[in-house]
Amino acid sequence: MRALRRFFMRLLNVMTMCRSDERLREEMESHLMALTEENIRAGMTPHEARRHARLKFGAVEAVREHYHAEEGLPFVEIFLLDVRYAFRVLRKSPAFTVVAILTLMLGIGANVVVFGVLNAILLHPLEVKEPQSLFQIRHKPWMTGRLLTMSYPAFEDFRRRNATFSAMAGIYGYSHAKLSWQNTVISISGDEVTGDYFDLLGVQPQVGRFFHAADEHGPNSVPYVVLSDALWRSAFHADPGVVGAIVDLNKHPFTVVGVASAQFHGTERFEWPDYWMPMVNEQQVEGWDSLHNRASITVTVIGRLKPSVTPEQATDNLNAIAAELVKEYPETDNGQPLRLIHPGLIGDEGDVIRGFLWSVTALALLVLAAACANLSSLFAARTADRSRELALRVALGSSRWRLVRQLLTEAVLVSLMGGAAGLGSAYLLLGALNRWHPLVESHLVASMDARVYLAGLTFTFVSVLLCGLVPARQAWQSSPLQSLKNAPTEAMHLGRFALRDLLLGAQIAICTLLVTSSLVAVRGMVRALHVPLGFQPPGAMLVDMDLSQSEPSDGLVLEKQKAIIDAARSIPGVAAVGIVSRTPFTGGMHGIPVFRPGTTDFKLNKAALAPYVFQMSPGYLEAARTRLLSGRDVSWQDNPRTPYVAVVNQTFAQKMWGDSPAIGQHFIVSGQLTEVVGVVEDGKYHDLEEAPQPVVYQPYSQGDLGEAVFVVRSQRAPNEMAALERALSGVEPNVPIKVQSWLDSLDGELLPSRAATAALGAIGLLAAMLAVTGIFGMVTYSVSKRMKELGIRVALGARNVDIMSAAVGRPIFLLCVGSALGLLAGIFASRLLGQIVYQANPRDPVVVGGAVLTMALLGITASAIPARRALAVDPSKLMREE
Amino acid sequence: MKQKRDVQQGTLALMVLKTLDVLGSLHGYGIARRIEQISGDLFSLNQGTLYPVLLRLEQEGAIASEWGPSENNRRARLYQLTRAGRKLLESEKCDWEQTAAIIAHFFEVKAEDLA
Repeated sequence: MRALRRFFMRLLNVMTMCRSDERLREEMESHLMALTEENIRAGMTPHEARRHARLKFGAVEAVREHYHAEEGLPFVEIFLLDVRYAFRVLRKSPAFTVVAILTLMLGIGANVVVFGVLNAILLHPLEVKEPQSLFQIRHKPWMTGRLLTMSYPAFEDFRRRNATFSAMAGIYGYSHAKLSWQNTVISISGDEVTGDYFDLLGVQPQVGRFFHAADEHGPNSVPYVVLSDALWRSAFHADPGVVGAIVDLNKHPFTVVGVASAQFHGTERFEWPDYWMPMVNEQQVEGWDSLHNRASITVTVIGRLKPSVTPEQATDNLNAIAAELVKEYPETDNGQPLRLIHPGLIGDEGDVIRGFLWSVTALALLVLAAACANLSSLFAARTADRSRELALRVALGSSRWRLVRQLLTEAVLVSLMGGAAGLGSAYLLLGALNRWHPLVESHLVASMDARVYLAGLTFTFVSVLLCGLVPARQAWQSSPLQSLKNAPTEAMHLGRFALRDLLLGAQIAICTLLVTSSLVAVRGMVRALHVPLGFQPPGAMLVDMDLSQSEPSDGLVLEKQKAIIDAARSIPGVAAVGIVSRTPFTGGMHGIPVFRPGTTDFKLNKAALAPYVFQMSPGYLEAARTRLLSGRDVSWQDNPRTPYVAVVNQTFAQKMWGDSPAIGQHFIVSGQLTEVVGVVEDGKYHDLEEAPQPVVYQPYSQGDLGEAVFVVRSQRAPNEMAALERALSGVEPNVPIKVQSWLDSLDGELLPSRAATAALGAIGLLAAMLAVTGIFGMVTYSVSKRMKELGIRVALGARNVDIMSAAVGRPIFLLCVGSALGLLAGIFASRLLGQIVYQANPRDPVVVGGAVLTMALLGITASAIPARRALAVDPSKLMREE
Repeated sequence: MKQKRDVQQGTLALMVLKTLDVLGSLHGYGIARRIEQISGDLFSLNQGTLYPVLLRLEQEGAIASEWGPSENNRRARLYQLTRAGRKLLESEKCDWEQTAAIIAHFFEVKAEDLA
């Protein structure tokens, strides 16, 4: 209490700069006078009395200093003094200050941005209760494609028989519906979930209630729908009264029971469903249900572990159940091992995303390290320049600790300004990132929360330590005697090299490593982007127009679709029109088993192949520009009454029949003996990185008329979307139409690759900039230090070559050594990178050559200006100056 | 000749408090004189060192000061014990006596007492 009171009094004195000098002086005077009088009374002469009084009183200056120290807070005062002095020093060399702040701004800004994204994607927990005990059950792929799902009956079996999960819920994430409410129809997509989904996740609605397991009594018994916050705001004007209202989903009435909270969006980070509806009502919305079909594998399963159960125990338990199921259902269940993963990042894609983000984080930290090495050598150079001043101060009685504090204050000041600038620029950059269209669609918000600010602060302090300690050590070790003699000594030597040289070497090595990595990544990405897709999105438009919901019978749907194709084809400029069940890169694809002719046992493990199966109309291949290599396209004459036919791709033909011609061969798919009538080129179907996949195209008129997308190729594609929409709504006025260019719709698929390329490219660029400033700073400094020496050399008849080698020899040597080390490290590090960036090959001569060339160019650029200064040395002028 | 002793750390403040407690309002010179008088000139006091101590006590709220006339009618800064100061003195005195008693006890103890 007393100490606190005293502290505040002192603080107040510091703040108000209030000094009671006058009072102390007066008190001391009267004290001395009283002492003197007493001495005179004791019989001394006045002179002697005054002398004795002063002796008795003690050193007036010491008392005064002591008094001031008690009065204020000396620590704070000295600190403020240091700060003021540091500001003055920094203002005296604006170039250094600006370069230092910019360097740190780049380093810290890059790290904050990367951390912000990392924070948003990985570190931010899902908006559910206790996310750490929540797991997704991953079915190892038993067919091609990245299968995360199992059949509904299997899910029921696992739920009932397991002893390790407190609850399990199933999700079907590809639900689409037309929502009609008060005369408006909108197309929405959401999740179909089992009854205990919300209870398992432990989330609460913001309005109304959720549905529960107790509501379920068999198929179509729970006509309830839960709205997402976004849908509630956009379609229902955030009206709380909507709870209890009846809306139509695909013409079936559903009661709105509640609205999820604004943060809740299921268990996938990149998915924001518009609604949640009970899976038992699947049939009403989808037109089919998979509740009793063990072959229809559509359900993603999540579960919450019981408190004391480890994931390993749960996995063993699940696999034991899977083994039981194989015995009971040998036709459909194959007992593939299961494992548990954390939900959120599209199953195993999470590993890739995580790996990529952590490597970018590591690279960004390296950028910061390079920036700090850069600054550190700049600071060291400045300190060496000031060694005389420092020596003088030590000689005059300043403590070394005081000098170190002074230098550290400067470093802290620069770092804080750099950190503030970095945070500011990161804030702007993240803001821009959040407004960037493809990210807006994925609802990914990398915002500046407390954690990001904290990270920024940490980066700043780490950089303070890294760049402040070298000059501090220099000051600590400086010997006044040495420095005051005329020889300006290098402050620190490690072997033949100054510490500055080592710092520059390290910096160049780090920069080369970064440049190499980003070259590897960018080149890999460019290659990946130029992989033949097997179709050509430019010039094509996609029309989403779902007729199956508005027409009662399949025959009518087919007629309508033909009419639409004809209408579209009659639009001027349209070259080709076709229907396909779904376009490539739209996710959720999995293989359908096919069998060789003569197979009688249709168990899954007897399947010959599991290709992706598409349904298409005549003209699709032309509209998509997928080349037909041999045979014919499908035709409208292929219908359920004629023999079943299919077009296959090269991989399918190759895998089924080797080199013998595929046309005329047969295979069994969906129980139908099918003849191959055509072979088309290979392409990419699920994602860019997949290995060549077998694919079967069935005629749309022989298929089950499920989903349908119209592909329209036109010479005037981008400008014709409105015309297309008008023409088609003339044919079918009551169906919502969505037209978009094929390229736009692929944005989502290409986004990760593009973002990764951009990120790595940016980091490479930053590294290059740091290398330039580092080399430039170093060479400029050494040239300016050695002007006199160079002048003497010129005067003694040195040639230009000698001058050059004296001026820039060491930096160039460091550049070579650093680059070589960095390149080696880059080649090893890129092997890691190669697992994340597809098609990355660090031994690629283009990459190695590119990195060498880049570093050489950077070195030449950075040393050109100081080298010219060295060459332009005028000895006579220099001699006169000194 | 008597060896003069330096003031022990912290005891000067206690002496100031006790002096003000006994004599009421007093100026710096007076306090210094009293302390020397009471300690029987046993230790040397650089009288100037009193002032930082006075400032410290005043900041802690143990004493208050104001300008007033001294005995010979000069302007002087007069110091006075506050209520908080009196309380502080009490507790410090207690502590001091306790410490002294314990130390004294240690010195008195003989080997046979511990048997």
